[in-house]
Amino acid sequence: MSLPLYLWKIREDIRKHAVDYGLDFFEVVYELVSNEKVNEIAAYGGFPVRYPHWRFGMEYERLAKSHMYGLHKIYEMVINNDPCYAYLVDGSAVVDYKLIMAHVYAHSDFFKNNMWFDHTNRKMMDEMANHATRVRRYIDRYGINRVERFVDACLSIDNLIDYHFPERASRKSQDAEETGDHRFSVKTPDYLESFMYPEDYVADQKRRKKKETQRQKRVPSHPEKDVMYFLVEHAPLESWERDVLSMLREESLYFAPQGQTKIMNEGWAAYWHSKILTQKALDSSEIIDFADHHSQTVATYGRNLNPYKLGVELFRDIEDRWNKGRIGKEYEECNDAKHKKMWDRGLGLGREKIFEIRRIYNDVAFLDEFLTPEFCIENKLFTWLYKQQFNRVVIDSRDFEQVKGQILKQITNFGNPRISVFDSNFQNRGELLLTHTFEGEDLDQKYANDVLRNIATIWRRPAHIHTVFGNESQLWTHNGKEFSTKAYVLSEPEAESDEDDNS
Amino acid sequence: MSIQNVEKDHSRFREIVKGAVRKNLKRYVSQGEILGKEGGKTVKIPIPEIEIPRFKFKGDGESGVGQGEGEEGDTLGQGPPQPGSGEAGDQPGEHELEAEVTLDELAQILGDELELPKIQPKGTASLKVEKHRLSGVSKVGPESLRHFRRSFREALKRQIASGLYNPNDPNIIITRDDKRYRSFKPQMSQESNAVIIYMMDVSGSMGDEQKEIVRIESFWIDAWLRHNYKGIQSRYIIHDAKAREVDRDTFFRTRESGGTMISTAYSLCADIIDTEYPVEDWNIYPFHFSDGDNWSTDDTKRCMQILNDVLLPKSNMFCYGQVKSPYGSGQFIKDLVASFPDEEGMILSEIEDKDGIVESIRTFFKKGK
Repeated sequence: MSLPLYLWKIREDIRKHAVDYGLDFFEVVYELVSNEKVNEIAAYGGFPVRYPHWRFGMEYERLAKSHMYGLHKIYEMVINNDPCYAYLVDGSAVVDYKLIMAHVYAHSDFFKNNMWFDHTNRKMMDEMANHATRVRRYIDRYGINRVERFVDACLSIDNLIDYHFPERASRKSQDAEETGDHRFSVKTPDYLESFMYPEDYVADQKRRKKKETQRQKRVPSHPEKDVMYFLVEHAPLESWERDVLSMLREESLYFAPQGQTKIMNEGWAAYWHSKILTQKALDSSEIIDFADHHSQTVATYGRNLNPYKLGVELFRDIEDRWNKGRIGKEYEECNDAKHKKMWDRGLGLGREKIFEIRRIYNDVAFLDEFLTPEFCIENKLFTWLYKQQFNRVVIDSRDFEQVKGQILKQITNFGNPRISVFDSNFQNRGELLLTHTFEGEDLDQKYANDVLRNIATIWRRPAHIHTVFGNESQLWTHNGKEFSTKAYVLSEPEAESDEDDNS
Repeated sequence: MSIQNVEKDHSRFREIVKGAVRKNLKRYVSQGEILGKEGGKTVKIPIPEIEIPRFKFKGDGESGVGQGEGEEGDTLGQGPPQPGSGEAGDQPGEHELEAEVTLDELAQILGDELELPKIQPKGTASLKVEKHRLSGVSKVGPESLRHFRRSFREALKRQIASGLYNPNDPNIIITRDDKRYRSFKPQMSQESNAVIIYMMDVSGSMGDEQKEIVRIESFWIDAWLRHNYKGIQSRYIIHDAKAREVDRDTFFRTRESGGTMISTAYSLCADIIDTEYPVEDWNIYPFHFSDGDNWSTDDTKRCMQILNDVLLPKSNMFCYGQVKSPYGSGQFIKDLVASFPDEEGMILSEIEDKDGIVESIRTFFKKGK
């Protein structure tokens, strides 16, 4: 449903303020939807049309239930698209509409300007609908069970993509590279044969070529982080399967930056909705309601870190530091606490700095660079641990290094293990070998078992992963029927990675 | 903008849940792990294999960052961390998702899986209820109930048959004879009441394991009968050398010791039936669980007497489940077989251990009474 007149007026008002503050966004199309419908849309990640899959139904059930029990309510949803689509829940208070619209303009600005979103498809609404059509067609042709089983298998590796290298050369250009040498196929007149190709030269060439092909040439030549891409290119798939896999990879890459910038994106939106509302758009009678709803958005819940809260506080902290000039060698080396507290050079660079940050940072870099010990104390951050023997969760530490380490660990690579394809002809039997870059934490074996089974389904041959488990170098294998583990040392990668380091 | 409905995906998800329950039904039945997770009309069932697996760390969700007051070492909460907003982490080591299914769905699955026939309520006792439903189609009726699709189809049929239909210029005109209307149809539905009377031997020889078996089995009996009858009541009788009626909770918790006089339970059961459940109006299901060790042959004789006079003629079927116990002689079931060799209304089942529960339920209900 499109907006009624009074909301249209609010929209115009908020939009003007956003532009005045220098936000540069895709136009936003607001849709008014009912309370029930919003759960449905949220189940599809905000897209009106997605390919059919049971997991959306599962997500819907979860949302509808927790909404029914009053555990959560969806206020706002916005899609990275040009134009942006945003949903408003019918029957909210006017002040809520103002808050959400301001919030959405900031999101839209972030989508448009943050460089991690540069590669995303800005016509994703259409693309998703196309995916839906294609998957439906495959379902009609090959049956729901077959397609669904394959989609399930693909989804279990949809986090194994290379977030930093989304664009890849296509299969075709690679093929062209590989077909190089045509010399031996050229037809020459018989009388020239012995002049052009002297016998010993031909024999020599043949020997060299044979040697070349005989040399174990591993595919991929370097460990490939984008496992989905590798399988799209190299797995022996039927064409519809290849299409489905590459569609899912595309969707996964599209959603990735939203995960990579969750804290920044929400912080940015919360920063601007409170700025626009408190300084411009609020009616004095709405202050209390605004404060109430804003505080709900940025509430802290003990052991769950609220990205809205963390993000907005960091942006404010940065703005303050750059405004007052609390940066650089002189400030860092100042030992006088009193002096430091009063420090104000009147630099006034705060606003400019946060706009720069929203352009080039992602969460990992953002927290790595701007999380300060003072901020940690101010915002009462801590790490917690689950103690199994007492069956309870306890506060572990308030130490800055620990807190920062834990946050970074949680968001680096989305807290997922780093896994890449190492060899596609493992043991010379066409089996797929993955490696896990071990960083001190063991993999969950049950999950690994299921994922390997799915990969074996896609690869049509046994799948292995090399990892470290309980301080032992191991090889886990799923041959399509059963899972097995054994001690195994991968000899080659050490030598190679050493070389890489030195170069 | 048109927004797609979630219904199809949701019902697909429910299908998958039911499929997973069906696949693991025997495990649920024999482990009894879904008991205690009943909430009203639904049951929470742990379902493996429904989540999409991804590579993850073993210790996911066991540590994190939070915000707020508190000293180092303070407790934030009991129990393993729940997956919260955006935070990764299932229960440590658990690879299962809990799905809710209704008791009715569960019973349906049980019935399908064990191939149980639908229970035929006793003819005389069933109440006939007449309902009106808009389920028929007729040629006359008010315009407000016109069935457009059917009318259109009739018109199309007529035009094709009479050669008036031109596929290049489809022009369907509905005439009066084509019109179809929704109409009421009286529906006769049967509603019948049923009572389950559980009797259990709580003498010294019935250990915890035996009682657990009874508890699990009675849950499934309850579920299946509830699926078949709208109004259903359950009564509980425990007995050692004496019988008394108790509530459900006590039934499963009591640990008594002493001798076993099965006849006391049977006569109490007969009393309850005589005074409260007139046989014309009720479908009656007495279930008796014991380890088969009765006190004396005299008492066994008395049991047979009561069975013959009251329980067998009045109940739809009389079920006796004998749970194997290291102490019991297991004589009673042999006595029953000897006394009622060809009795249709008596169903006997021996339950070796938890794995025998499924088979026992099948034995009880396979006749569809």
